[in-house]
Amino acid sequence: MASRLSAAQRRRIRIRERIIESALFLAATSSVLVTGGIVFVLLYESAAFFEHVPVITFLTDTVWTPLFADPRYGIMPLLCGTLVSTLVALAVAAPLGLTAALYLSEFAGPRVREFIKPTLELLSGVPTVVYGFFALLFVTPILQKIVPGLPGFNMLSAGIVIGIMIIPYVASLSEDAMRAVPQGLRDASYGLGATKLETAVKVVLPAATSGVAAAFVLGISRAVGETMIVAIAAGTQPNLTLDPREPAATITAFIVQVALGDLPHGSLPYQSIFAAGLMLFLLTLAFNIFSFWLRARYREVY
Amino acid sequence: MTAIDIGVPRGVPRKRHAPTARRHRRERIFKVVGLLATLVGLVALGALLFDLAYSGLPRLSWDFFLNFPSRRANIAGILSAWVGSLLVILVTGAIGIPLGVAAGIYLEEYARKNLLTNIIEINVSNLAGVPSIIYGLLALGLFVYGFGTGRSIFTAGLTLALLILPIIIVATREAIRAVPDSLREAALGLGATKWQVTRDHVLPAAMPGVLTGVIIGVSRALGETAPLITIGALTFIAFLPTPPITSEPPFISFQWLWDGFTVLPIQAFNWVSRPGDDFHANAAAAGLVLVLLTLGLNGIAIYLRYRLRKKLQW
Repeated sequence: MASRLSAAQRRRIRIRERIIESALFLAATSSVLVTGGIVFVLLYESAAFFEHVPVITFLTDTVWTPLFADPRYGIMPLLCGTLVSTLVALAVAAPLGLTAALYLSEFAGPRVREFIKPTLELLSGVPTVVYGFFALLFVTPILQKIVPGLPGFNMLSAGIVIGIMIIPYVASLSEDAMRAVPQGLRDASYGLGATKLETAVKVVLPAATSGVAAAFVLGISRAVGETMIVAIAAGTQPNLTLDPREPAATITAFIVQVALGDLPHGSLPYQSIFAAGLMLFLLTLAFNIFSFWLRARYREVY
Repeated sequence: MTAIDIGVPRGVPRKRHAPTARRHRRERIFKVVGLLATLVGLVALGALLFDLAYSGLPRLSWDFFLNFPSRRANIAGILSAWVGSLLVILVTGAIGIPLGVAAGIYLEEYARKNLLTNIIEINVSNLAGVPSIIYGLLALGLFVYGFGTGRSIFTAGLTLALLILPIIIVATREAIRAVPDSLREAALGLGATKWQVTRDHVLPAAMPGVLTGVIIGVSRALGETAPLITIGALTFIAFLPTPPITSEPPFISFQWLWDGFTVLPIQAFNWVSRPGDDFHANAAAAGLVLVLLTLGLNGIAIYLRYRLRKKLQW
């Protein structure tokens, strides 16, 4: 028979419980501190930057040369590089990811799915620096045989490899959305004599639209923030062009390039990487919120 | 033959579908196309591994692991890189794992549904989508210059710990959520306190799931390059950090926390950005070591989760 606890023991236990709960609560708030820290640092350093460079110039000037003797700070070329490499990535990941999701959700047997899904997941476990190596020294030489005159650094190869990297995100999230479509819709379609493919394309896909769109948007967000692949394979030269065959720096590649050198703390080029970082943060945040909103919408339907 | 009028106005041509045979042929074609599209990723992974092995395997030897980087490609090695990776990961794990698991426990077991909890939850899912290089900027502005922790192993480990925090929190929460309430109620009914229930019953039951998240987080940290470049990891390091064991009392030194460092992915990046096949071979070899480590860890995590799903029959 267990002995009864004395009042002092009870109090001790109660205090211990409270201390533990407070400690756990502090741990949970640490994530908010991280976000706060990020926003603070980006705003603080960017504010110093924008004291010297007007926001309008930053957003509209078409030349980005912070490290030159005559520096100019127009973010357009970097945005352009980010846009092009992201579009190339999307051109690879969207059709492949969508087809793979349709296949895995509607056609593949459970055995095939059990094998393929985890293996696809491995793709997102490969370090990005290794993908960069792959893009520069494997994909680019192959592309150079197909596209004549392709330079050693180009956004095409970097974009393709980013696309391969985000296939698992796009495929797996799209598949989740498709599997969430009620079986009744499929059964009704089969009952009307539709084939599996017709049901998949004309019933399941439309019903899963917002989930699939959310998957795409999340993929875009990943591609926009991808750093090492573009820094290694697309070059670090800002270049205002929409031609994916050309080399160009992205926002992320620029930050890497500047960080590799040893910039004095507090100098304008030092602050410029925070301004670029703020731009990147806002871009990905917008995409993430959009994706979140899309997903919340499709959850409501069923 | 009289067709039943189902409301299609006269004069509007009815949409005809393709003959049945063709519809079935399309179906068969898609089965092949779909499988091929699904396999593209796997083929790419295979090509990547083959490419790394083809250029990197000849460089892998004991010397490669025991030599410092060098200007001469054929005698350069990854000693400082793998030691640096190991130490950084130690710091990352020591900070990130307890913090993430504790946060996960709080959100799932303790938190009441209120505004603050909501903010924390939205915040965690947002943090998971922040590009890794942004964490590097946070570390550069706040840790390196703000708190003065320097371009050190400690700064790097802390940065990566914050980076993998959302991964560990999300995994911990999912694992804890899968533990049935009957287990908690049984323990509470016997007079256990909330923390006793959590520590002695919920956490052990959730352990495989938590472990899966921890492994995936660690593997992610191991492969991260961009945030460490931003805080100024050196790309050429020909020395080892201060040894953790000293000959004088207290025999243990934490001086290594404040030493400069390099890590495997940065060493690989340094080599890949140099011209010349010799250094590229080194990059491939370092990349091969890195990819085998991270894929190995991911494989363990995926296997753990698979076993878990088979076993979990509450």
